[in-house]
Amino acid sequence: MNALYSLLFVFLLVLIPLFGVDAAHMRTFFGVCIPTTAFIIFLLGFVYKVITWGRSAVPFRIPTTGGQFKSFDPKLFPQNKLDCPQTGAQTFFRMVLEVFAFRSLFRNTAVSLHQGKDHPVVAYKSSKWLWLFAITFHYSFFLIALRHLRLFLEPIPFFVNGLEFVDGLLQIGAPTLYLTNVGLVLGVLLLLGRRLTNPRINYISYASDYFPLFLLLAVALSGIYMRYYAKVDVIAIKELTMGLVTFNYVVPDAIGVSFFVHVFLVSCLMAYFPFSKLMHMPGVFLSPTRNLPNDTRAKHHVNPWNDPNIKPHAYADYEKQFGVPMAEAGLPLDNPENGVAPEEKA
Amino acid sequence: MSDIPKADELFKSIDYNPPTTGWMETPVDFSPGRWCYPAKPEKMEYMESKLPGLWGPAREWLPSDEDWKLPSNWKEIVVNGFRERLKKFRTLQLFMDICVRCGACADKCHYFIGSGDPKNMPVLRAELMRSVYRGEFTVAGKILSKLTGSRVMEEDVLKEWFIYFYQCTQCRRCSLFCPYGIDTAEMTMMARELMHLVGLNTNWIMEPVSNCNITGNHLGIQPHAFKDIVDFMVDDIEEVTGRRVKAPLNEKGHEILFITPSGDVFADPGIYTFMGYLLLFDYLDLDYTLSTYASEGGNFGSFTNNETMKKLNAKMYAEAERLGCKWILGGECGHMWRVVHQYMDTMNAELQHSGMTTPRSPITGTVFDTSAATKMLHITEFTADLIKHGKLNLDPSRNDHLRVTFHDSCNPARGMGLLDEPRYVLKNVCNNYFEMPEGTTREQTFCCAGGSGLNTDEIMEIRLRGGLPRGNALRYVQEKHGVNTMACICAIDRATLIPLADYWAPGVGITGTHELVANALVLEEGEVRKMDMRQEYLPGFEDEEDDWTPPNMEDA
Ligand code: SF4
Ligand code: SF4
Repeated sequence: MNALYSLLFVFLLVLIPLFGVDAAHMRTFFGVCIPTTAFIIFLLGFVYKVITWGRSAVPFRIPTTGGQFKSFDPKLFPQNKLDCPQTGAQTFFRMVLEVFAFRSLFRNTAVSLHQGKDHPVVAYKSSKWLWLFAITFHYSFFLIALRHLRLFLEPIPFFVNGLEFVDGLLQIGAPTLYLTNVGLVLGVLLLLGRRLTNPRINYISYASDYFPLFLLLAVALSGIYMRYYAKVDVIAIKELTMGLVTFNYVVPDAIGVSFFVHVFLVSCLMAYFPFSKLMHMPGVFLSPTRNLPNDTRAKHHVNPWNDPNIKPHAYADYEKQFGVPMAEAGLPLDNPENGVAPEEKA
Repeated sequence: MSDIPKADELFKSIDYNPPTTGWMETPVDFSPGRWCYPAKPEKMEYMESKLPGLWGPAREWLPSDEDWKLPSNWKEIVVNGFRERLKKFRTLQLFMDICVRCGACADKCHYFIGSGDPKNMPVLRAELMRSVYRGEFTVAGKILSKLTGSRVMEEDVLKEWFIYFYQCTQCRRCSLFCPYGIDTAEMTMMARELMHLVGLNTNWIMEPVSNCNITGNHLGIQPHAFKDIVDFMVDDIEEVTGRRVKAPLNEKGHEILFITPSGDVFADPGIYTFMGYLLLFDYLDLDYTLSTYASEGGNFGSFTNNETMKKLNAKMYAEAERLGCKWILGGECGHMWRVVHQYMDTMNAELQHSGMTTPRSPITGTVFDTSAATKMLHITEFTADLIKHGKLNLDPSRNDHLRVTFHDSCNPARGMGLLDEPRYVLKNVCNNYFEMPEGTTREQTFCCAGGSGLNTDEIMEIRLRGGLPRGNALRYVQEKHGVNTMACICAIDRATLIPLADYWAPGVGITGTHELVANALVLEEGEVRKMDMRQEYLPGFEDEEDDWTPPNMEDA
């Protein structure tokens, strides 16, 4: 049901520019106003959220550890420097692997129950599908985003050209089929399929989990349609996009409607981004369980709201309460008075 | 315990397919056995007098009742408390926002593995909070409630929290697998703080907390009784070894203060571990003292709120100052070490007296920079260092009747990264050591299902379900290698693993690591030990008590 709602909603989003662009002045609206507004929402929302995170305190350093910590004898007990970092550099590498290789996801396992010969067996096996799907999707998306820089920069940076060359290496069809295009569609479909068919994942999925997937799929398909079937005028598009970045707005007539659909969907994605779980993108960098070294026993850290007024139950009170039996048991007392029973005092 | 199904039946009842109703619509089962008993009012009143404003109204109530007797403004208290904690903990704020519900954590929780209850999937456990976060604090959640999985705080929601946040042992296994390191254990800690604010708690936590505050240990053992017990152990050690060991208590002017969980003073098999420490320290002629005032390592406050955790933890430094000790040696304990490692210095560093120094072994001279800030050393680090320098005369064959495996307690394993030291100690004191299967040890270790204040009999079935992954791995090495003993470095483990092993791997006993050290320790040249620390005769000495010689031994 949640998936269906999301799908319908994305269809609606496609229809809006399809009908909207026909009215002449709407071309400027969809070509300039919408993307600019969406970009501003994205930027402000993104920054606002990150600042909100940054403003809440990190009172305790409690990184999750995955391996041996730095011991007193590093030869006898070698430290797992990546999963149990102790220094800034080690933590940095942990984060790099986390961000670029999805390392935690790589160690994923799946549990299964079996009836053994005469007793039950719980088995765990490595499960790398999610990692594979996720990495296919994210890298494709990232590289495609980079490729799009050619529309916003003049001269086009060398790495963007290089990227395009490598990406199109297979040279299938004309215009050249990009590997990342395939990767993106495939990645999204696989992630979507997993969400739909795995009963447990399905159970925890909301419309807000399906919606971004359908939206991304629509973005990808509209882009592919525009490039391979509608064959839009790239020169005209670059005119428009360069206009956007130089605040010198032009909407050339040569641009077909499929472009506006694509741009509208991308705009929706940008505007939706800061209010959704897509914020895991900046979030992964800020996660305190991963981006802090495991050095709390060796180094002092400050909790900004530590309350120094919280004191332990005082020993003096303890001795007052238990002094008599303590004295009888021969335990030393700070104040011998406490060891005298009240009736003896009188 | 009579109505608990047999292991096989229980196993067959596990179904990983979620119910047909959505999770928000699926009602929660409040039948007895699903929850721990709430705190006795006097315990709450006592804590309210010590740390006012954190505990809600003291009262008699039961989770199976319709009316939980919440304060009339409970919702305001919980929502405001939530808002406040979002500012105080970046983890909370971040983890509310960035979970993508990928489900990588879903089958990592021992409670889910053993129950199949989808609300025991860490992602859904945290969603119990996240749904409220979205409904109360985010714009999107307020507008599109259902579609974004949002809801507002209701009494039913709070009741659901009570069941499921007391079905999480804060073991952090889920966090290891989450791509963003979302730590559901920390979410559980926050949820419990909020529940405490309106008086939802369990006696098994509140009573130890108030006991720890008054008497220094969770069992409420008063100082003279504590001394009696220690004296008793000294007698037992003499019985086994012929040596009368020193057991200094509350003495000033020693270099080291030794603190261990009080569970080891009170119950089998922990007392043997405690005897192990006493014997080892006497052998080394260590300049140390025990304390009755700081006689609890375990920090039950960490199961309530960080203020109480800090208050209870502070005793360690306060006592080191009073007794003039230079550093603290800590015994085998799980949550004590989680608190010592992750929180102690941050919370209580200002209570360290100026005479405290970085721990330095007086026997080997090793300086432990790893604990330069807390001034507190783990006993397995200390002992591993002794063994490495050849300072202990060990006869591992005295443990030959034991075939040993090691259970990584969650807190030292995932909270600190202490994995190899205890293994090194074990391998040096026993000849038969076996690892449980990969994926169930080290950082991937499975919980004993009784941590974080859940070690109580009224929820035995839940514990046994949660114990399935650990129990099953144990069963595996029992069959494959004839393992008959599981060692650990946590007092809660020593208590909780016993019913777990009896149920899932009958025949396997539980021991602390230093019990085996004591067995193997040769006190003087040519010492013959006839029994182990449990006063059970070692193989070859069984017939010591009668003079009958087996016929085939006659000409020997
Ligand atoms: S693994 Fe992390 S991101 Fe994925 S569902 Fe679990 S908590 Fe959420
Ligand atoms: S911390 Fe442990 S008990 Fe709690 S949800 Fe995670 S795996 Fe389960």
